[in-house]
Amino acid sequence: MNYERYINPTVAAVPPSGIRRFFDLASTMKDAISLGVGEPDFVTPYHIRDAAVNSLLDGGTQYTANRGLPELRREIAWYLEHRFGTPYNPDKEIVVTVGASEAIDVVLRVITGPGDEVLIPDPSYVSYSPSVLFAGGTPVPVKTRVENGFALEADAVRAAITEHTKALILPYPNNPTGGIMKRRELEELAKVVREKQILVISDEIYAELTYGGLQHESFASIPGMWDYTVTINGFSKAFAMTGWRIGYACGPAEIMDMVNKIHQYAILCAPRMSQMAAVEALRTGREKNYEDIRKMRDSYDRRRRLLVGAFREMGLECFEPLGAFYIFPSIQKTGMTSEAFCSALLQEKHIATVPGTAFGASGEGHIRCSYATGIDKLNLAVKGIKAFLESR
Amino acid sequence: MQIDGGGVSRRSLRQREANCSKHMTKLEMDLLELLQEDCRISLEKLAVMTGSTIEETAEAIDSMEKRHVILRYAPTINWDLTDRERVEAMIEVRVTPQRDMGFDAVAKRIYRFEEVKSVYLMSGSYDLLVLVEAPTLKQLALFVSQKLSTLEMVTGTATSFVLKRYKEEGVIFEDDQTDRRLVVSP
Repeated sequence: MNYERYINPTVAAVPPSGIRRFFDLASTMKDAISLGVGEPDFVTPYHIRDAAVNSLLDGGTQYTANRGLPELRREIAWYLEHRFGTPYNPDKEIVVTVGASEAIDVVLRVITGPGDEVLIPDPSYVSYSPSVLFAGGTPVPVKTRVENGFALEADAVRAAITEHTKALILPYPNNPTGGIMKRRELEELAKVVREKQILVISDEIYAELTYGGLQHESFASIPGMWDYTVTINGFSKAFAMTGWRIGYACGPAEIMDMVNKIHQYAILCAPRMSQMAAVEALRTGREKNYEDIRKMRDSYDRRRRLLVGAFREMGLECFEPLGAFYIFPSIQKTGMTSEAFCSALLQEKHIATVPGTAFGASGEGHIRCSYATGIDKLNLAVKGIKAFLESR
Repeated sequence: MQIDGGGVSRRSLRQREANCSKHMTKLEMDLLELLQEDCRISLEKLAVMTGSTIEETAEAIDSMEKRHVILRYAPTINWDLTDRERVEAMIEVRVTPQRDMGFDAVAKRIYRFEEVKSVYLMSGSYDLLVLVEAPTLKQLALFVSQKLSTLEMVTGTATSFVLKRYKEEGVIFEDDQTDRRLVVSP
């Protein structure tokens, strides 16, 4: 049967993820060492798992309020205000979602319609552009540059804005580059936002993972910017809770009412046990001064230095990433495209990395390597990549 | 002890305080966490990972060795997977503390035996917890009956044998270490 006529052409037109091919290929190799993983190598801390199990044993198996358990929203509000200086009312300005991914999708659907443009830093996480397309809008890439640490430049944003621009996605600390936005850079951006009256969707899922003594700066904490910002965050990266699928969106009540409208019809609520686990994560974090997070961050930081040092030693240019858990070295001097480099590396040395182009055209000439992997494996990968480069 | 500005003694006192100080630098704490996981990491890698120079790293480790913060570099071994026969026991020991010396003198008498792996002073219904290891049950029994129980300050012992070890020094012995993550993910 020919299903073509049944399928929404907007969905059909979105290309499949550039990561898929590498996943398929790497999955067939039993001995592959992967630097291609976009999630923590830690298991969720035991006390969080224990809390979720207890909530299940205790019979906590029902729906929750659409916006999430009131207890969880109160914890989220406390966390955001005390950790990042962004106050949100737990009753009106926070919606708990199925991962930050749902938040991205729903917020974009609330804001975007046919003819609307959404600015997206390039390179960036793979789902923004398709989500804008699914919502009927037009994604507009805004190139970021290695010379500027892959931060989003205010002038580049200003130049990309048209009368159709509705919003800007601000995904920092950034996947895949590891770039962060410093306060001064956010303040420059704020001027453009105020002048052009666009909304900012600030995806801060890696907010807890910044290095070099720098703290994450939340866009909504820039004076005057709270009103223009929807902040998205979640538990996947900070608490190593990827499989729980639990995140949240926060913003002005008028927008969050609409977010909740889609969320309640499409999803109803995030799973209760994941919400209970999230309550435990935040409550214990608050009581123990986020010791679990500090330990994970310290561990990533050491591996970050190890990998950056190793790549530089190999003669590959590698800007120092100050966030997330990726490095984004340049492979331009090999004369290969990102795609060709990653394919050959995987086939010859069984080392999986992700071509920069999977995250946008500006990723050409770079590869993404995740350091959320054990030190012994990182060392093996470094050895393999070195041999690969020498054989060219 | 001099109270006024007796230069030498004050300086030496300060020196001694510095030597014994529990105050650790960030670099030292980072190094301890790394070494506790794997004490075979090269000095070069330790330096890179802690963002310090090789000289600073070597100096910090040297200093911690001198201050006895680092006592030795030993692997955690699962002896059950080797051919070596060994019997371990935990012995709860009740003792009479010695005048002026408290429990320390008693502990010293006990921890000097080579069969004794660890000794802890405990709160609760007994005084010292003694971890003992011997090649055979007979040798361990002999140690308890002939060496430990016969010490004049020991008033009673209760010996429990270790049947299986599940976790030691934070390492789970039969942990499922499978990486369940997708090989490549966005």
